[in-house]
Amino acid sequence: MSTVSAALTDSATMLRRQVRHMLRYPSLILMFAGIPVIFLLLFVYVFGAMLGAGLGGPVGGRADYANYVAPGILLMTVASAAQGTTISVVTDMTTGIVARFRTMAIARVSVLTGHVLGSLVQAMASVAIVLVAALLVGFEPTAGFGDWIAAAGLLVMISFALTWLCVALGMVSDNPATASNLPLPLMILPMMGSGFVPTDSMPAGLRWFAEYQPFTPFIDTVRGLLMGTPIGNSAMYAAGWCVLIALAGYLWAKKLYNREPKA
Amino acid sequence: MTSNHFASALTVTGLRKAYGDHVVLDGIDLDIPAGSIFALLGANGAGKTTMVRIMSTLIRADSGELRVGGHDVARDPDAVRALIGVTGQFSAVDHLLTGDENLLLMADLHRLSRRDRRQRVAELLTRFDLVDAAKRTTATYSGGMRRRLDLAMTLVGRPKVIFLDEPTTGLDPRSRRTMWDSIRRLVAEDGVTIFLSTQYLAEADLLADRIAVLDKGKLVAHGTADELKRLVGGGHVTLRFADTGSYDRAARALEVLSRNDDTLTLRISSQGDVKSVRSLLDWLDRDQSDVDDLRIHRPDLDDVFFALTGNPVVDQEPAR
Repeated sequence: MSTVSAALTDSATMLRRQVRHMLRYPSLILMFAGIPVIFLLLFVYVFGAMLGAGLGGPVGGRADYANYVAPGILLMTVASAAQGTTISVVTDMTTGIVARFRTMAIARVSVLTGHVLGSLVQAMASVAIVLVAALLVGFEPTAGFGDWIAAAGLLVMISFALTWLCVALGMVSDNPATASNLPLPLMILPMMGSGFVPTDSMPAGLRWFAEYQPFTPFIDTVRGLLMGTPIGNSAMYAAGWCVLIALAGYLWAKKLYNREPKA
Repeated sequence: MTSNHFASALTVTGLRKAYGDHVVLDGIDLDIPAGSIFALLGANGAGKTTMVRIMSTLIRADSGELRVGGHDVARDPDAVRALIGVTGQFSAVDHLLTGDENLLLMADLHRLSRRDRRQRVAELLTRFDLVDAAKRTTATYSGGMRRRLDLAMTLVGRPKVIFLDEPTTGLDPRSRRTMWDSIRRLVAEDGVTIFLSTQYLAEADLLADRIAVLDKGKLVAHGTADELKRLVGGGHVTLRFADTGSYDRAARALEVLSRNDDTLTLRISSQGDVKSVRSLLDWLDRDQSDVDDLRIHRPDLDDVFFALTGNPVVDQEPAR
């Protein structure tokens, strides 16, 4: 069997393992979806009327704000699920099963790709739950079929990239407690971008950061696809960030996995 | 036999490993014939686990040459991995999966065909008495069950060489006996070579064809169980007599190691096996001695260690 097909077969086996874990503890998906849903409710119902008025849209108020914030909340969901990956990776690495995998003649990377693909499934399930919640609180996307497909594709790409990064973060941490904190900035980034308020309402320094960090093009592109707002060159930046983060995360994770396990 | 040449399953030459200044393995040489059980005996912290981890491709040696089934461990680890199975002292099962799913996972990773995988899994579940527990997640398993599943998972790919790192540490006596039976069957029925690390001389004695004693990273002795016990100089029997007459007669007639006149207690040199104990009892019978208490002491790891290193076994392993 060639190296590539061996890697694919083993990755598929490892993905099945992760899916079994997921089906055994489906509550995890609810947990990843839970925090974004709480933020959604908080921002739409508590702050929504005020923030919506500030947007200066045609309808104004809460209804406008629900449409504005929903794409940011979807990105937050992707980050939340990626954070879960870090915890499941560190838990896995500290148990004997990974030592067993390392002594077997299998594609080494498959342990990691299994985690990434499993997380992707988990993230998309969480996104679906959050999307339903958003629709229930008044999110009214104007997207056509093609836009939906493109948005879904982009979310998968972003999730893939962030997950590789989180796999690496899972391997630098020694225990689940630190592992759950390391990716915390990923949850905050949508807020410090165009997720919750337009970046031009921010003070100069923060505004500069908000406009150049990856979540802003991510959110602007998703919002553009779903709500028909202008996308401009955000799509290009979003794709570029995805490739960069995925590649860096993959190489870092692989390096960490191949280093000698601690005695 | 003109040449003393066996098919070696495992050869180790000049193996060294250090973590910083701490030398864990310091020039180990071994040659283990195929189809035999080899036991590496040592206290906690002697370097047993490090040795198993190096030979099973988990970590690299600093220097030395290691071959498993003719393949160089450092240069061709994947060829070695295809031959070996490892069951460590910390269970390597997936706690979120059932016993059944754990075995099927191994079958998939070994790329067994659809039909073979079911058959192999059913066979192993039966062999390791796990049929009833097959559908439960392993988080609910007892220590003994988990260790049996662990070994069953190791066997899915029919390895030629199996590393067992302290396979019975922490098990209750009954599970320990079950594990010993399984290990013997592996050699008898599957023809595998077993490298076993243990801190129990009794275990090495019971299972192994050859035993090596590891102390502070060096092999201090190497031989069969009998050869090792000869080094220790056998065990002893402690007799407490009811009256001074019996005590004095025994003290004159038997090979006394030490005596305590106050408690009328003698320590008699003896291998401690059935034959020597029986002849001792026969003598006591003929003499009509009145014995209150008899205790048999067989050579154990402490004795071997004391004889070989002059040190009693001490727990050197840092807390995990």
